[in-house]
Amino acid sequence: MSLRLAVIGAGAVGRSVVELAPEYGHTVTALADSRSAAVDPDGLDAATVFDRKDAEGAVGAADPEDALAAEYDVLVEATPTTLGDAEPGFSHVQAALEHDRHAVLANKGPVAERYADLMALEAESAGTVQFEAAVGGAIPILSTIGDFGPEQITAARGVLNGTANFVLSRMAAEGLGYEHVLAEAQDLGVAEADPAFDVEGTDAALKFVILANVLGDEDQIYSLADADVEGIRSIPASALDLAAEDGRTIRLIGEATADGVRVGPRLVPQHDALAVTGTRNIVQFETVNAGQLHLSGRGAGGPETATAILSDVGRLE
Amino acid sequence: MVDAGDAETEAATTDDAETEADGERTDGGERSQTHTIRLELVDKPGELLSALHPIAENGGNLLSIFHERGNLTPRGHIPVEVDVECPPERFETIVDALRAEGVNVIQAGAERYGEELTLLLVGDIVDTDLSDTLQRIESSTDAALADLSLSAPEGRGGASSARLRLATRTGRSDEVFEHVRQVADEKDLNVVEPLVEVAE
Repeated sequence: MSLRLAVIGAGAVGRSVVELAPEYGHTVTALADSRSAAVDPDGLDAATVFDRKDAEGAVGAADPEDALAAEYDVLVEATPTTLGDAEPGFSHVQAALEHDRHAVLANKGPVAERYADLMALEAESAGTVQFEAAVGGAIPILSTIGDFGPEQITAARGVLNGTANFVLSRMAAEGLGYEHVLAEAQDLGVAEADPAFDVEGTDAALKFVILANVLGDEDQIYSLADADVEGIRSIPASALDLAAEDGRTIRLIGEATADGVRVGPRLVPQHDALAVTGTRNIVQFETVNAGQLHLSGRGAGGPETATAILSDVGRLE
Repeated sequence: MVDAGDAETEAATTDDAETEADGERTDGGERSQTHTIRLELVDKPGELLSALHPIAENGGNLLSIFHERGNLTPRGHIPVEVDVECPPERFETIVDALRAEGVNVIQAGAERYGEELTLLLVGDIVDTDLSDTLQRIESSTDAALADLSLSAPEGRGGASSARLRLATRTGRSDEVFEHVRQVADEKDLNVVEPLVEVAE
């Protein structure tokens, strides 16, 4: 079945959703960035809207609110993650659910910071909330939990921030200092100009908070404030050298266990499954009856994250 | 077809059985711990044998005997180090029995450490008095420093790293980490702990 999508957010992820939607058999009827919107009940043409955005800085002549008022079946929330009240992303999702539409999020804010509010809205709505794209990009982490059964998984651990992993694995491989590798990562587009969100562990923590909420009981809800978070800025090259002498390395590891959510640099064996290199992500589930389960792949990027969004949309049909 | 099916079932069963047996082996399930006892013996034939009797009689499993002939204690006796494996509650009984036999027990209960933890300290390790840091980690926790590597490429005042291998008693690692974190916090150092993958 073809569904009509309203895409809010026209960054790398929103853009890829608009471009890939036809391949998945869906129509994008509205697209909004922070200042403008394009609305067409018959479907937007990706090339037209992005040519306009590239040339004029706006996706269309309409106001962003017009996209929320457009005809659609699924709202795709792909605006940048915000903390605390998680606005404006939360209100976008709220608008969709209150109109009994579905909401699919790539935005971690509403799921990590206001999980209880989000679930309450969903309970009142005929629409469904999905957020596979918020955790681990293209890797089907949440759908695996759904299939496996959250009660069958006792803990999740792993690497869910490609930037921090790139920095640590380059430091280890080349013996270079943090600042040097970070500058290189920024040149390659792996790290943002302001890398704080990634290297301080916030991004990974939000993902493990989401995992803790999905895996845990409804009476124990986590937000970022509940997580024990430490970043990688303080790790000198000498620490990676000493780790390597001992057959180990350092990775920014997140954990969602019965003890809560913890993210920080940890020593892991060099050949451990969790010691992935570059921007690769991995998550390890501890299961009740089947030992460990590992899922690995690309955890970020426009097309990668868009595939997770479009898989979520597919599950709504 | 039926045969093939049966064979498969059988294979699967064997597989499961093996897994279970492995689990038993690795789990151990034994609550026994290793204890080191230091004794002093008079240099007389039969002294060692009579000293070992109370261990076996009280359910201790003798693991090793280090008999330092030629080396004398200040009192002119021969030092002997014995490693004994037994449940913790039986250890006291063994030591009491040794003493009852007139064996001079120098040190008992200095438990051999069953687990090793490797962790890194990073920060200004040198100028925050590394030897004091190590001493406090050892004195405030049930851990002994087994190995230390230091890397301070920027010299004093710069960020340096130390790799510590701590020997601790089995099951006490959480406590050790907590103490290490406390000491590190006070000195503004960061701890990189090993990831311990244990199912809840």
